[in-house]
Amino acid sequence: MPRAAYLDWNATAPLRPEAAAAMAEALMRTGNPSSVHRWGREARRAMETARAQVAALVGAAPGEVVFTSGGTEANRLALGGLAGRRLLVSALEHDSVRQAADGAAAIPATPEGVIDLAALKRMLAEDERPALVSLMLANNETGVIQPVAEAARLAHAKGALLHCDAVQAAGKIAVDRAALGADLLALSAHKLGGPPGVGALIVAEAVPLKAVQTGGGQERGRRAGTENLPGIVGFGAAAAAAAERLQDYAAVALLRDEAERRLAAIAPDAPVYGAAAPRLANTLSLGMPGVPAATQVMALDLAGVMVSAGAACSSGKIRRSRVLEAMGVKAEAAESAIRISLGWTSSAIDIDQLVEAWGALYARTRASAA
Amino acid sequence: MTASFARQQRRPDAAPVYLDYPATTPVDGRVLEEMLPWFVEKFGNPHSTTHAYGREAAAAVEKARGEVAALIGAEPREIIFTSGATEANNLAIKGAARFYRALGKDHIVTVATEHKCVLESAEAMVRDGCRVSVLPVDAKGFVDPGRLEAAIDERTALVSVMAANNEIGVLQPLEEIGALCRSRGVLFHSDAAQAAGKVPVDVEAMAIDLLSLSAHKLYGPKGVGALYVRRRPRARLEPLFDGGGQERALRSGTLPAPLCVGFGAAARIAREERAAEAERLLGLRRRFLDRLKARLPQVLLNGDGERRLPGNLNLSFPGASALALIDACPGLALSTGSACTAAEVEPSHVLRALGLPEALAGASLRIGLGRYTTDAEVDFAVDTLAAAVRSMAGDERVTATAGRPT
Repeated sequence: MPRAAYLDWNATAPLRPEAAAAMAEALMRTGNPSSVHRWGREARRAMETARAQVAALVGAAPGEVVFTSGGTEANRLALGGLAGRRLLVSALEHDSVRQAADGAAAIPATPEGVIDLAALKRMLAEDERPALVSLMLANNETGVIQPVAEAARLAHAKGALLHCDAVQAAGKIAVDRAALGADLLALSAHKLGGPPGVGALIVAEAVPLKAVQTGGGQERGRRAGTENLPGIVGFGAAAAAAAERLQDYAAVALLRDEAERRLAAIAPDAPVYGAAAPRLANTLSLGMPGVPAATQVMALDLAGVMVSAGAACSSGKIRRSRVLEAMGVKAEAAESAIRISLGWTSSAIDIDQLVEAWGALYARTRASAA
Repeated sequence: MTASFARQQRRPDAAPVYLDYPATTPVDGRVLEEMLPWFVEKFGNPHSTTHAYGREAAAAVEKARGEVAALIGAEPREIIFTSGATEANNLAIKGAARFYRALGKDHIVTVATEHKCVLESAEAMVRDGCRVSVLPVDAKGFVDPGRLEAAIDERTALVSVMAANNEIGVLQPLEEIGALCRSRGVLFHSDAAQAAGKVPVDVEAMAIDLLSLSAHKLYGPKGVGALYVRRRPRARLEPLFDGGGQERALRSGTLPAPLCVGFGAAARIAREERAAEAERLLGLRRRFLDRLKARLPQVLLNGDGERRLPGNLNLSFPGASALALIDACPGLALSTGSACTAAEVEPSHVLRALGLPEALAGASLRIGLGRYTTDAEVDFAVDTLAAAVRSMAGDERVTATAGRPT
């Protein structure tokens, strides 16, 4: 078996040691955080520590954190908990946002992979009804960082609220809810080194959010269900570690840029999507013209290199990326795009392995085409 | 870590005796051992099937799905993983009601003693234009199947009756209700969060169409549960969450592989050990009640004495305040009832449905025994409770005397 080179960090990240340690302790302890007895009270204290840690990662107040089962539920709660508003949803959003927003108008994107702010301004002005704008902070496929603060200013000027899906951005770049002007902000633990099965929606104090999942007064009535305490504690520890280690991404950026440079040297015709815009340091969306993404992913997999053909959620059945489509990438080109994403344990050896395997496939396809 | 090892580890003098198993259970050491690798070295996203880490996580999730299915006599593909029983109940009730409402069936039948999340989900559907019939229970906690049959009309979409009550442990006659629903062509949902793994639950024998499960109530991890959705005849739902299209498009979001693995392990252990463990718990329950009654003859048992979960007691201490009793017993981890609403001061809706007067409902404690409860813990708990009740009664006499105008 070839050595494993994990380069699919935007799908999920390994658990940080700090999170593992915190969870091991919480898993050994019994207590439903909503119970009134001593063990329940201890569980509640642990949960409140985690709440403060998650809040601190995004510059929020602990009371603004509503724990959920993950990013998808957080997005759903944001859009479903403010029903009745006109929805303006960016064309670059994750499926969990897009499909929770029935009948939403799509805010178009530029070829660089950035939301079109002029279009948003027009759309906000078109209709007087109160709107909810949904714009992600960093795209999961291209890594492009969106102008959320500007979008929020436009939204607020028209009495609209802004929801920001920060699932991919949090822990990779500094996030400050207030500076972004986001009224709601979605987070996922497992994308930043916490466990899967937990996430949060940050809800600014004044936002009148209503629960989607009902029956039990947990999370101040905003999300029913016994709290996933070990998961929440792990999320807190991971958030604290991520906040402390944002500088790790400087090294990640060097590795990603090196990969990009070497792949471009091998394949001058290979497009890098989103390269003209500010991007997450860890993400590389790359095409091999004429070679379907599935073929590339399989060849890389055989060489031990793990990447994806887009969002993990839909990569079981590989389909064309809606994100690239929204950027105006032609269907054939979009079908040959893969996503390479790095993290804090990625190494130069991982990059060597990627470049070698991808380069070999490129050479093979070019030879057979010749 | 085996169960007996864990039992030896628990000393009543070291930590409060845990008597709140219906609120949540500790993760069994064997479950934890199976889960841990999936947090750390095998961390792949089970939906990332383009590579080895993702595929091994996907395979582990599927194995767990099979184990959860086996616990209730279902097929693996009939199991939809959720974040817990609350989500499963929300999905079952709102999902079925929304789907069948579009076909002209807009009526839901449920019972007054259901968990809040069932009652509130049904209530939410009233706001969406559905009708809901909430049936009463008798003094022992049972719903009357005759009454249930009478409540079903030609527009009834769904009947929701829990398998075992979370406060009083009473087991509803699911086989009878299931047969009834099947014969009337109505979907039958049961919240089995408390029952599964503790008493036999079989979706075939009970003709159940939708069944909610929770891992952390059966020594698995928090944050994961499941909804059983029958395939033949097919139960139809509208999804609550949209998104990635996971779980037969009924529930999207990345599946937490370690939690699913833990749920599977917990389900397997529960299935293998259920019969013997139920016997053991019955013995402990008898010991608890006999010894407590010998000390405090005034104590009343709420709910039927026989057809209840083997580890459940719900007791009224006439004249005492349940919250004061909890405060007076720091050595015991106790609750008044549902943890979700435990912090609320209003008396249990379940006990009120049995016809208990408010004062008595406010004088009631739920005692939950479980996998790590020992004879010594039972004896310690009985001693502690009896002493607390007596001292509180004594205090009251003193206060009453002192307060009397002279």
